[in-house]
Amino acid sequence: MSENQEFMTALTIRLEDELFAVEASRVREILDLVPITEVPSARAFVGGLINVRGRVVPLADLRVMFGMERPEPDEDTRIVVMEVDIDGEPTIAGILADKVHDVTDIEAASIEEAPKVGMRWRPEFVKGIGKRNGGFIIIPDMERIFETPGGRSASVAAPEERAAS
Amino acid sequence: MFGFTAVAEFVHEFETAFDRVRKGQSKANTALIGVALDAKDHIHLLIENPDAPVDGGTEILVQLRAIVDGAAVGGHEETASEPVAAPAPAPAAFVAEPAKPADSGAKRWRLTFYLPSDALIYGTNPELLLKELAGIGPTVVLALTDRIPDLDIIDPEVSYLGWQVDIEVADDPTAAIDDVFLFLRDNMELTLAPLGGEAVVAVAEAPAPVMEIAVAAPSDDAMPEAPFVPEPVVAKAAPAKKAKAAEKAEAEKPAATSLRVPAERLDELMDRVGELVIAQARLSQIANSSSDTALKTIAEELERLSSGLRDTTMGIRMVPIGTIFSRFRRLVHDLSGELGKQIEFITTGEETELDKTVIERLADPLVHLIRNSVDHGLESAEKRIAAGKSPKGTVRLSAVYSGAEVAISVIDDGAGLNHERIRAKAEENGLITADAKLTEQELNHLIFAPGFSTAKEVTALSGRGVGMDVVKRTIDGLRGTIDVTTTPGKGSVFTLRLPLTLAIIDGMLIRVGDGRYTIPLAAVEECVELPVGLEASAKGRNFLDIRGSLVPYLRLREVFGLKGQGDEHEKVVIVSSGEGRVGLVVDQIIGNNQTVIKQLSKLHSGIKSFSGATILGDGTVALILDTAHLVASGQSYVERNLGRAA
Repeated sequence: MSENQEFMTALTIRLEDELFAVEASRVREILDLVPITEVPSARAFVGGLINVRGRVVPLADLRVMFGMERPEPDEDTRIVVMEVDIDGEPTIAGILADKVHDVTDIEAASIEEAPKVGMRWRPEFVKGIGKRNGGFIIIPDMERIFETPGGRSASVAAPEERAAS
Repeated sequence: MFGFTAVAEFVHEFETAFDRVRKGQSKANTALIGVALDAKDHIHLLIENPDAPVDGGTEILVQLRAIVDGAAVGGHEETASEPVAAPAPAPAAFVAEPAKPADSGAKRWRLTFYLPSDALIYGTNPELLLKELAGIGPTVVLALTDRIPDLDIIDPEVSYLGWQVDIEVADDPTAAIDDVFLFLRDNMELTLAPLGGEAVVAVAEAPAPVMEIAVAAPSDDAMPEAPFVPEPVVAKAAPAKKAKAAEKAEAEKPAATSLRVPAERLDELMDRVGELVIAQARLSQIANSSSDTALKTIAEELERLSSGLRDTTMGIRMVPIGTIFSRFRRLVHDLSGELGKQIEFITTGEETELDKTVIERLADPLVHLIRNSVDHGLESAEKRIAAGKSPKGTVRLSAVYSGAEVAISVIDDGAGLNHERIRAKAEENGLITADAKLTEQELNHLIFAPGFSTAKEVTALSGRGVGMDVVKRTIDGLRGTIDVTTTPGKGSVFTLRLPLTLAIIDGMLIRVGDGRYTIPLAAVEECVELPVGLEASAKGRNFLDIRGSLVPYLRLREVFGLKGQGDEHEKVVIVSSGEGRVGLVVDQIIGNNQTVIKQLSKLHSGIKSFSGATILGDGTVALILDTAHLVASGQSYVERNLGRAA
C-alpha cells in the first residue's frame, strides 16, 4: 500500500469481531474449509497444512498473532489462499478467516498509521488502519507476521504457542 | 569446429609427442602428465577464444619437447599439410546465382564434387556424405568414374570417384552443403549450380533412386511425400528441417542410442508422473471401498502401470556418479602438485546411479571433502615415513548403494582428526565450554560448525574456516547426512548418505492419535507389537529387545507432543538409517503407499522430525517422518542412558 496510490483494493475478512483487509492482488482463491493436517511442534500460528489443488500449503491463523480467541470453525469459516513473502521468499499460504466479506477500495488518504498505544494488538503487526462507512479496517503487516522467528527456524516454539490438540 | 588454426597447430605438436610415447620412444611420467594437463587447459582457452591470442602455448610446448627428449620435430610439416583452413573464401566461388525467394517452390541444384585424393586415408566415408546430402533435400546421385585410372596402376587408398548430385531444395543450399563438407572443403573440388527445367525431367526418368535415398535419410519420416509435387508449404518446411537434420546427423550418428533432453522437461515429466501417482492412489482407494470388480481390475491395472511409469521416469533422471568422479582425478592431481604430496587416488562404484539433481549439487561438497582429506588429512611424505607408512598417501572415493540411499565415502589414510586441536579450537570459538563432556562423535561433528578450521596455517586450499559447514548445509539440503569417523594415525572416513531421489518414495502410512504420517519404506526394517506392560518394568528406559539386540524406541505421541493415551495395542516400527536403528511407537499401521514428496515451506522447514509432506488418496496432507533425524535422536538417547548406566 503506497501513499501515491489513491485506493487500496482489498479483500475484507472478519476475525473475531474485527475487520481486516488484505491486498486483493495477492489473493489466489478462497476455499471452504478443507481437512487440515496438524503439524506437531509447529507454532500455533502455522499449525496446519492443507491441500490446495495438489499443492501442500501451510495454513496460518492470524488470530494467534493478534491474541484472539480461536473458536471452532463454523459454516462461515473460509480459507484465503494468498501469496505472502516469507523472509523475502514469495510463498503460497492459506489464512483462516471467520468470515470473508467483500472486495473493496480503501481510500489511501483514510489509512492511518497504527497508534503505538491504546491498541489491543501488537503494533508491529499492523501496517495501518483504514476507515470505511465509519468503521475501522485493520491492515495487517503480512510480511512481519509471516517472518519466521529469527528469520530461520520455526522449530523452537514457546510452549504456550504450541498447537493445542 | 574448423578454422581453429591456433588449436590445430598446438595440438599437432602434442600429437607428435604422444606418438613418441606410443611408440615407446619416450616414457609417460608425471612430468609429461603434468604438462599434458596444462596443455588441456590451454586448449580449452584456445577453443573458448578462437580469435584472441592466448599466451602460454609456446612455454608448454617447450616443456613438452624437453620432456620427450627434445627431439620432437616432425610435427611442423604435418601441420602444414593438414587442411587447417583460414575462413574459406570459397563460398563466393560456387554460388553461381543468388538464391531466389523461396516462394518459387523447390529448385534443383547440381552439385559436382571430387573428394581430396587422401580423403579415404583420413577416414572419410563418401557414403555418409551422400546420406547427409540426401538430408538437405531429395537427391539424384550419379557417380563420375572419369578419373579412375587403369586397374594396374590403381591405388586402393586413393579416392578417384567423383559424384554428381542433383538436389531438390527451395532455399540456397550453399550453407547446408558447406556443413556437409566442413572437414574437406579446403582440398576438394566442388561446384554447385542451379539447374533449369531439364532436371525435372531427369527426376521423372529416375524416380526410384530418389525414393531410395530419401528413405535412407536420417530421421526421415515426412520426406517421401514431399519431393515431386512442388506443393509450396511442404517444400518450404522440409528443407529447413533437412538442413538442420544434416547438421545434427554428424553428432547423432555415433550415439544414436542416447538422447539429450533439456533438464526442465524431465522435471516437468516428473511432476506430471507425481500428479498421476496421486490420482491413481485416489482411484485405488475408491476402488477398494467399492464392490465393482471391473473397477477394481482397472484400478489394479492402473496401479501397476503408474508404478512402472514412475520407476521408468525416475530411471531417466538417474545418472551414474562416475560423471563427477572423473573431475576429482584432476583435482587430486593438481593438489598433489601444489602441496608436494604424493597421492594415490582410487575411485570405486562409479556406476552407482543417483538422481541428476542430487549429483549436480554433490560436486561442490565432494570437492571440499577431497581437498580437506588431501590438505588436512594426508601428512607430508617425511611425516608419513616417520610414522612407518608409505610416503604415498591414498585417498579413496567410493559410492555404494545402501537401501534407498547411496553412501559416498571419502577415505584417507592420513593422520586422522586431531581431537585435542578440535577441542581447543571449539573452546576458543566459544562453540563448547571448557568442561563440556563430548563423545567422540560429537567432537568429530564440531568440524561442521560454521567458521571452524583447525589448520594451523591457512593455505591457499583450505583452512579459511569455510567449507565443512557449507558441505553439511548442502548435504542437509539434499536430505542426506554426513558422518565422520577417524582413527588417529590411520586416517578418516567421511561418509555422505543421500537419498536416491528427491521426488517420489514408497511410504508406510501410520497413525498416531488423529494424525496420519508416512515413514519412508526403505528405512523400515520391521514392525513389531509393543509388548504390553513393558513400560512399567523398564522404569522409563525405553529399549526393546529385538532378537537379542537392544533397540531404543521413541513414542511418537511424545515426540509430537500429543495428549492422551495411545491405542491399546501399540505397534513399533523399527527404522534404520546408516548404522543406527530406532523403534517408533505408533497407534496403527495403515499400509503402504506411494508418496510424492512435497517440500515444506519455510514456515515449517525448521521442524526436524519431518522431511516433507505428501498428499494421500483422500486428498488430505500427511507429513513424512525424517527417519535419519529420529534415529539420531534415538541414538543420543541410547548414549545418554548407557552412559548413565555405566
